[in-house]
Amino acid sequence: MDSIIESFSKALSLILNLDRELREIIFLSIEVSGTALIAATIIGLPVSALLGFKRFPLRGAIISMLNTFMGLPPVAVGLFIYLLLSRSGPLGFLALLYTPTAMIIAQTILAFPIVASLSHSAIVSVDPIIRQASMTLGATPLQISLAIIREARYGIISAVIAGLGRVMAEVGAILIVGGNIAGFTRVMTTTIAMETDKGNFELALALGIILLTISLLINLALYFIQKRGVAGVNR
Amino acid sequence: MRLGIEVSNITKKYNGDPILRNCSFSFKKPGVYILTGPNGCGKSTFLRISSLIEPPDSGTVIFFSDDNPVPADLQLRRRITLVLPKVGVFNATVFRNIAYGLKIRGIHGREAEEKVNRALEFVRLSHKKDQNGLTLSSGETQRLGIARALVIEPEILFLDEPTASVDQKNSLIIEEIILAMKKENGPTVIMTTHDQSQANRLADTLLVIRDGVLSAGGDRK
Repeated sequence: MDSIIESFSKALSLILNLDRELREIIFLSIEVSGTALIAATIIGLPVSALLGFKRFPLRGAIISMLNTFMGLPPVAVGLFIYLLLSRSGPLGFLALLYTPTAMIIAQTILAFPIVASLSHSAIVSVDPIIRQASMTLGATPLQISLAIIREARYGIISAVIAGLGRVMAEVGAILIVGGNIAGFTRVMTTTIAMETDKGNFELALALGIILLTISLLINLALYFIQKRGVAGVNR
Repeated sequence: MRLGIEVSNITKKYNGDPILRNCSFSFKKPGVYILTGPNGCGKSTFLRISSLIEPPDSGTVIFFSDDNPVPADLQLRRRITLVLPKVGVFNATVFRNIAYGLKIRGIHGREAEEKVNRALEFVRLSHKKDQNGLTLSSGETQRLGIARALVIEPEILFLDEPTASVDQKNSLIIEEIILAMKKENGPTVIMTTHDQSQANRLADTLLVIRDGVLSAGGDRK
């Protein structure tokens, strides 16, 4: 019990002193996950719009696949990317393995189905009367689609935040493709795993507290955004 | 110069049941046309087809200006508008809801603001302009729908049962708005209602649809 309390107090001291190593790890985590999320959003939103507005063969199959991929095991994604990027793999010539770029690719693959699938759900949940109302006011098909996306904005923002939650907490994929190299590919989750293994709980706990705080902030943001969207509808 | 409509031999079926049978009418003169008839007689379907929202199974809807046919393209759709019974309010302020039609026409800034404020005043919703449109009562929502339509200065305004789900006070306000539009030489109004007395109060020309068959009740004023 005493050692836990001691570890906690040392962890808090690390956070309060903004230890340099801690700072670097946090910034890299935010950089990797933030970039992955932006990439997943840039790819995911047009896909969700396409699935929401167009009818084409295999549309149902793609939606089912996206829903399934929302639960992709990170280690499986990590292994897949590893095989692609390893020296003997088809993309080995890019020399991306054990770089932050490889970690971003892995996290993008993990976040993309979440952003695309949840955004699609938000778009198709918009009352069909919005389409008709826009049409009666002389909107072009593109303007109608934009009006619907605007109505789905709270759901889309929730989808992006859910994607962020997924990548910030992820460890398996980035550990495999990033290699957890100190000062280069070491992020919060991989450091926690490693430091715990080493029995060095202070840093692991400090990062755990920060990760939990970030997770709490993400969930709070999600809660308020959803509340705002629902309030608009129910008021 | 003002738009007119020639509706010829419109027929429409839903699930095999005929809703409209060979309906024809020529909306040439400006004024208020009221389509009346019992619930489910095909009034709304006629209105949706006439306003180009829905195609007929057979028959034609031709818009004309100075006796010349006008192609049914986006330009024409921007000269007419339909206010649906369920208005379709955006999750935004009343002001932004009304400004939507202007925004998609590239009208922004002060010009848009002035037009929206005028429309708000006309439907007596100025005091609600910063409120979320979804928070309005059903009567206010209908008035928002009318303002949103009027702000784009349509030549023909289709109103589908604008007073069907509103209280008496709002119903009277909407009637006053329609009469004020007429007085100010506003758009041609083609409106459905199942309220016969309201039809009599508002109509310049009364049309009756019964069992999918349209008959003209004649000019009233």
